[in-house]
Amino acid sequence: LSSEIARWGLLAKRLRFHIVGAFAVSLGVAAFLKFAVAKPGKKAYADFYRNYDSMKDFEKMKKAGIFQSAK
Amino acid sequence: MSQVQPECSPSVVPAAHSKEKMPPYTNYHAQRSYPMPDEPFCTELNAEQRALKEKEKGSWTQLTHDEKVALYRLQFHETFAEMNRRSNEWKTVMGCVFFFFGFTALMIWWQRIYVFPKKPVTLTDEWKAQQLQRILDMKGNPVQGLASRWDYEKKEWKK
Repeated sequence: LSSEIARWGLLAKRLRFHIVGAFAVSLGVAAFLKFAVAKPGKKAYADFYRNYDSMKDFEKMKKAGIFQSAK
Repeated sequence: MSQVQPECSPSVVPAAHSKEKMPPYTNYHAQRSYPMPDEPFCTELNAEQRALKEKEKGSWTQLTHDEKVALYRLQFHETFAEMNRRSNEWKTVMGCVFFFFGFTALMIWWQRIYVFPKKPVTLTDEWKAQQLQRILDMKGNPVQGLASRWDYEKKEWKK
């Protein structure tokens, strides 16, 4: 019986399954994050700053009264 | 853990109120993580069982199937399947857990009404509204955060 068990390669099978799986899962998660988080994030910043006029923004904030050193 | 041996000596009747001897207590306890205790399950053997134990000292190929089962039952209380059977205990446990969640919720509700002091001024709705207006004026997180969800022309939250 013990010789039969030795030929089952149980640890090798388990390791292979898990190593391959770990690779696949991490690649999948990385791809998902790149397309669901990183790409939209970069686009949001690009869109915001494309036509951003900081002086106009500053004037609006001054009018709203939030500054102590510029009224 | 001590256990009474109910089926060990089949000739012994449940002895609560009779004058016969009670079956002995042992320290036998088997569980999934400790399946083979040091002591056998049945320590008091009648004559038949003792004869069987003698036969066990010889070659096991001479034992019949029933004798092997009888020897197993002498040594162990339950088979692995019987020992590892599932139970409905989890329902009781979850029920009690949820019950106490609910009870705690009622206690906290009562405390909120009768025990807690008045809110500080910074937590009143008025003050919180003024605070939010100031954050929007400062354009806090205008790219992806709070101020990006506010429509500055229409003065309302973006849909």
